Order: sequence, then structure tokens, then C-alpha cells
Amino acid sequence: MKRIQLGPFNRVEGDLEVGLDVEAGQVVAAQVNSPLFRGFEQILVGRLAEDSLAIVPRICGICSVAQSAAAAAALADLAGVTPPANGVLVQRLILATENLADHLTHFYLFFMPDFARPAYAGRPWYDQTAARFMAVKGQASGPALQARARFFHLIGLLAGRWPHTLAIQPGGSSKAMTAAERTRVLAVLREFRAFLEGALLGDRLENFAALADGQALQAWAAGRSADFPLFLRAATDLALERTGRATDRFLSYGAYGLFASGLWQPDRAPDEGILDQLDPAKITEDTRHAWLAESPPYPPARGETVVNAEKAGAYTWCKAPRYAGQVVETGALARQLVAGNPLARDLVASHGGSVTVRIVARMIELATVLPAMEQWVRAIVPGEAFCQPAPLPESGEGVGLVEAARGGLGHWLSVKRGRIERYQIIAPTTWNFSPRDRAGQPGPLEQALIGLPAGDGALPTVQHVVRSFDPCMVCTVH
Amino acid sequence: MKILWLQSGGCGGCTQSMLCVEPRPLFDELRDAGIEFLWHPALSLESGEEAQQVLEDCAAGRLAFDVLCVEGAMLRGPNGSGKFHLMAGNGRPLTEWVERLAGQARWVFAIGSCTAYGGLSASTPGNPLEACGLQYDTNTLGGLLGASFQSRGGLPVVNIAGCPTHPGWIVDTLEKLALEGLSVADLDEFGRPLLYADQLVHHGCGRNEFYEFKASAEKHSDLGCLMENLGCKGTQAHADCNLRPWNGNGSCVKGGFACIACTEPGFEAPGHAFQQTPKVAGIPIGLPTDMPKAWFVALAALSKSATPKRVRDNAVVDHPVVRPAVKKAQK
Repeated sequence: MKRIQLGPFNRVEGDLEVGLDVEAGQVVAAQVNSPLFRGFEQILVGRLAEDSLAIVPRICGICSVAQSAAAAAALADLAGVTPPANGVLVQRLILATENLADHLTHFYLFFMPDFARPAYAGRPWYDQTAARFMAVKGQASGPALQARARFFHLIGLLAGRWPHTLAIQPGGSSKAMTAAERTRVLAVLREFRAFLEGALLGDRLENFAALADGQALQAWAAGRSADFPLFLRAATDLALERTGRATDRFLSYGAYGLFASGLWQPDRAPDEGILDQLDPAKITEDTRHAWLAESPPYPPARGETVVNAEKAGAYTWCKAPRYAGQVVETGALARQLVAGNPLARDLVASHGGSVTVRIVARMIELATVLPAMEQWVRAIVPGEAFCQPAPLPESGEGVGLVEAARGGLGHWLSVKRGRIERYQIIAPTTWNFSPRDRAGQPGPLEQALIGLPAGDGALPTVQHVVRSFDPCMVCTVH
Repeated sequence: MKILWLQSGGCGGCTQSMLCVEPRPLFDELRDAGIEFLWHPALSLESGEEAQQVLEDCAAGRLAFDVLCVEGAMLRGPNGSGKFHLMAGNGRPLTEWVERLAGQARWVFAIGSCTAYGGLSASTPGNPLEACGLQYDTNTLGGLLGASFQSRGGLPVVNIAGCPTHPGWIVDTLEKLALEGLSVADLDEFGRPLLYADQLVHHGCGRNEFYEFKASAEKHSDLGCLMENLGCKGTQAHADCNLRPWNGNGSCVKGGFACIACTEPGFEAPGHAFQQTPKVAGIPIGLPTDMPKAWFVALAALSKSATPKRVRDNAVVDHPVVRPAVKKAQK
């Protein structure tokens, strides 16, 4: 048996190392390590509760709005307030902009360049794919960056700037949209739609969103000239629809009032309740293999983050979140499965979670959320309230559960005499890239890597699987 | 000009911000100015051993590069071991890599306030991460590389501060260096490029009419000046955020929330709530630094007494309720 240490694992957000035990050219065990610790949960303790809004976005430069939204939701829960309708709509618009931009950044800058590796030279799809997606130099990177930058104008208009806005407040949004801005925001959405329908999908968003199963997807992609169909051609050739299966148990907190919350796994018949209600009280975090003090697997409302850098048996700074003791996957695929998207469910029913279906799920979101954003803008009523005061109690607890691009993000805080007494965060990649727990169960990625080809001369399959989760390590280790 | 980029104890937000540069896509813009990434952790193809080889060749002086850009605080803990951030794949502390590479670089850029001054990691009580900037420990010279550090090109660390830093601040500084050179005279007292740091956030603020009359916002989403009640430090923060827009046409104050002076060392622990103005006897303590306090108080009292109804009423609502009067031409 050979031990391979992969790193630096770049083109992810933050720091990642993957250790593989390889036998006869196949992975037999994997260890996923986050070799960076930042300590935000300690930074927050002792601060004024409302200061979390300025601090938590800085956990992450790629999903800072999601961190803001989780903190604002936790403070709103603490204060017992609900933002006015306009505030809710603007909060959704800001979060959706970041999430969709993340899907775009992931596809063009992080994920696709691996298909331009020389290892694939000679494949029928290689020349075209390499020309489009070569890192930095590919033809697609310029237009994709421009589309992304222009799409972020929505945040410039409604949230001041990106990353690290303070616009999302417990009581709504600090920026009321004017009539002029409404016109401009709609134009921003149209421009982004034009890029998605032109370069990425080569079809109307609504047509893609209506695809009902894997067969329809293949028929749709056949002969279609655009970037996502190009990926499907490579993925089908490499059998990526059967590659990178984790636990096939999925969790979503629900998003935008558009996607339901719940848990889903494919082997349960509908009458047995495919869609279980989510009970946040069943979430715990295990520190057994993290460089953190040993403790029972506490729910985050009671959890602690205490460094023990010399701990035996530890290999990462990441805790292991579990739902009712079980390993679950989160992300765009989880959102779509829980929400009942037929294409996502059909692909998972056929082969389980995979590289291909994780990418497809992001495309489904681009195709379904952007039209929803157009509706939200139209539902805003200028002149009515966008924000209401949300005075915080001196003491109490709050929970904020939102969906970042990469999946469920939770903030749990308690406050005493106005100051933060405890602040615990579980980020999506903490779920997906978690280490083993005290029962020895490997995390989702650790499971998804088993059986893959690795070692000298192997195709970059491990790379595809790791990146199919779109990891955000700075969030993981917050 | 070749750039080698590293990320340490930060959020990656400065890279993400840089990717928003406009009007041209980042890679086209830099290429045409003769600038390329030798390696960048978020953007380059090379992973694992290939990437390690690039870094090792640079650190050993076998592979030439021009600018070392570092993003994120230097984490020296625990107990000086650097274990809070080891480089994936080789287990060596990032602080060690940065020290070796800084010795080979012609110029060293700190990208963002974490790298420049230590950032939020340094503001944990007791600083258990032993976090610091490249050449500063908050507002004191020192940091990882030491107070007297000069890169081979003869400059101290160039601190492109900001949390995050604006894409234009990075790109313009790189282009200035590539096309015209950069000297100590181009930097301010905290090592920040004057091209953005010799202005104040206050300059070009869209709320200036409210500021003039001290017509102040009372709550988030109000249109009035954010200085008196909501913690705005635009009159003290060095940056051109209201002259050089963010994301098309945004800025913090345009987004309805106060400037927290994220380009200044130590902004992370202001000693008061971020979005509240500390006051003594009803007067904000953080007045503009270059204005005598007595004058400020006297002028504020005078201007408040002269505030037009339009400005006073609009300051405390989120949509203007009084429109500017229309002047009719004399016949």
C-alpha cells in the first residue's frame, strides 16, 4: 500500500490536503485535511452581539453574504423580529446573486480547467475543451469573468459592495431600492441571463429547467454548442455520472422560500417519507479527529472550539458534523433533491450522487433561481419599508440556518448582558469535508474518494471528485 | 512581470474581489500590461507536486519572479510553531515559505488588511494565533518580516490594505509598478499606495449634503449622514471608495451602512460597536482628524440650525419624502 499526500490542492477556496492510501492503483482510504485554523468562533466571544454582522462576513471571501445572512437570521431569531416583505425580497436577491455567481466561478475557474490537463489529450472532446477552459488562458475565462463582474453590479446597487457587505440586517436591508435602481437591477439580471443562455447553456433557462430526467438531458445536450454541453460530453466519456458517490444522504435547510428544507435519501419510497422534516436539534459536531479538545459530540448550541494542536489521532482543523449520528452531504444537489427536482432525483436514482449530478444541480439552480430573482424584483414595492428596527435582548439564544452556494450554513449564538457568550458555526464544507467521527465513519468526501484510480499515470479523477463539491476551506475552518 | 501569489490566514476575499475588476476581464487586463501569474492558488492549473516544485524553485532562487503577493495574516502560533497554517502537501509553516520567498522577491505586496496589519485573527483576545502582518503588528512596525525589511527592489512591503481590498487598488498598483515603477514616495506612512490612500472615504460621499447640515440617519436604511449615530468613519478612513465605485456603482455608505475604516490598522477592534458612534456629552468622539474640535462643534450647531426642511426630513427615511424645489425661470 502506498500513501499519497495531495497538496497544495489549489483552485478551491482556501487550504486543502488530501491523503490517499492506494492499493493496486485504487484508493482504499482517504483522509481530508484542512491545514489552516482561523479562530472566528473565539473572535466573536465577548463582542457585542450586533458586531457579528461586521465580523462573520470576513470568515469567507467567496460566500461572505451567506455568512452575513446566517448571522442576521440568528440575530433576528434572538430579537424575535421578521423583516418586512421588501427586506426579505432584497435579502434573497443579495444571497442569490452570490450563490449563482459562485456556481459560475466554480464551473469556469475552479472545476473545468482539469479537463484541459494533458492527460486527456487525444480524447474526442479534448481540443475544444482545452481551448475553452485552460486555466487563466482559456477563451471562456474572459467572458465568464466579465459576466460575473457585471452580475455583481446587483450587489453594488443593493448592498454597497461585494465581498463583505453590511447591508443584510436582522430587520431587513439597509438599502431601500429606488425606482431607478429597480430598472437597473432588472437590466443586470437580463445581462446575466444572456450570458447563461448564450455561452453556458445554449438554450433558454426555462427549457433547461424543465428537463425531467437523465435521458431528456442527454437528448437536450446532443449536438448543442455551449460550455455545459461540452462538459457533459467529457463527463459521459469518462463515466463521471458513476464517479464520486458519497453517502447518498442529503440535507438542506431550504432556500429563498423556493426550495424546501429537509433530508433525502434515494432508497426510501415516498410513502415512507422520502422528505423527512429537518430537526436541527439532531445536529451535533464531533471533535475526535480534529486538533480540538476532546468532548462529547455536542449540538452546536452547546459546542466549543478549544485548540489542542498536539492531539494524537487528529489530522485536520475541521470538526465532523453529523445529523442524528449519520454522515450527510449538503450543497446544490442536496437542495435540488430535497426540493424535488425531477432531473436531479432521476440521476441520483440511477447512479447515486456523482460528479456529474453535482454539476447538473448547479446548472438547475442557475436556470431556476435567476427567473425567480426577476419575479422578486417585480414584487418589491418602492416606498414601503425595507428594514425595521430589531432591538436585541440583553440575553438569549438565536439560530440562523441559510443555504450558501455549497450547502447548509448554520450559526448558533448565545448572548449574555449584550455580549456574545458562545458562537458556533457549521459551514457546508465542514459537513462535506469532515474527518472521521468517534464511530470511525469517514466524512462524505472521504467516502466519495474510495475506489478511484490514483497514483502515477492515473487520470485526474480525484481532482474532479474533490472539486465537484466546490469546497470552501476558509469557511470549513472559520 | 511575474507574480507569485500565496494565501494564508485570510478569507480569500481579496482574490475574489480582484476577479471583479472592470471594465476588462482581469486576465486580459493584466496580460496587456505585461503582467502574469507565475502561480496563484485560486487560479492556476498546477496542483500538488507541480505547484510545490514551482514554489521550491522560487524560494531556492532557481526560478525568477518579480512580485510576491501575500493574502491573509501570518499565523505564527501556537508557540511560534506556525502550525495554525501548514502548507498542504509538505507540512511546512506558511510563515516559513513567506520568509524564504520574500527574500527572493524584487517586491513584496501585502494584499488586504490581514496581510498588511494582522487582521481579525490578530484581534482575538490575547492573540492566541500569534497573528501579524508582513511588516506591521497592527499599527506598529515589525510583523513577520521585521521593521527594517526591504525587498530586493529596495521597497518596504507595499500594503494594499482594505477588507477586502478594491480590485482597482491591486490592479492599478501592479500596473504602476510594471509600467512606471514604484518608489517610497508613492506610499503613505502605513505603506499604502497613495494612488488610493491619499483620499478619504468621505470624499465624494453621496450623503455629503446631509453631512454639511448634520442631518443624521437614526437607523439603518435612513438616507441621512451616518457619522453622528451609526459609526461612520468616512472622514478618517484613507481610501477612495466613493470616487472609485465598487461593483459598478456601489460603496458601503451607498449600501446604507457606515464605513468601518477597513483600510486602517486595527479597524477590527474599534473599542465600540461597529455601527454605533461613541459620544461624550452627545458629541461624537471620532471627529475628522484635521479639524479643531471646537470649530467642528460650533459649525455643526450652526449648520444644524440652518438645515433645510427637505434635508432634515429626508435624513430619517429610506426614500426621499421632500423633493428639491423646482426653480421657475423669471419671465
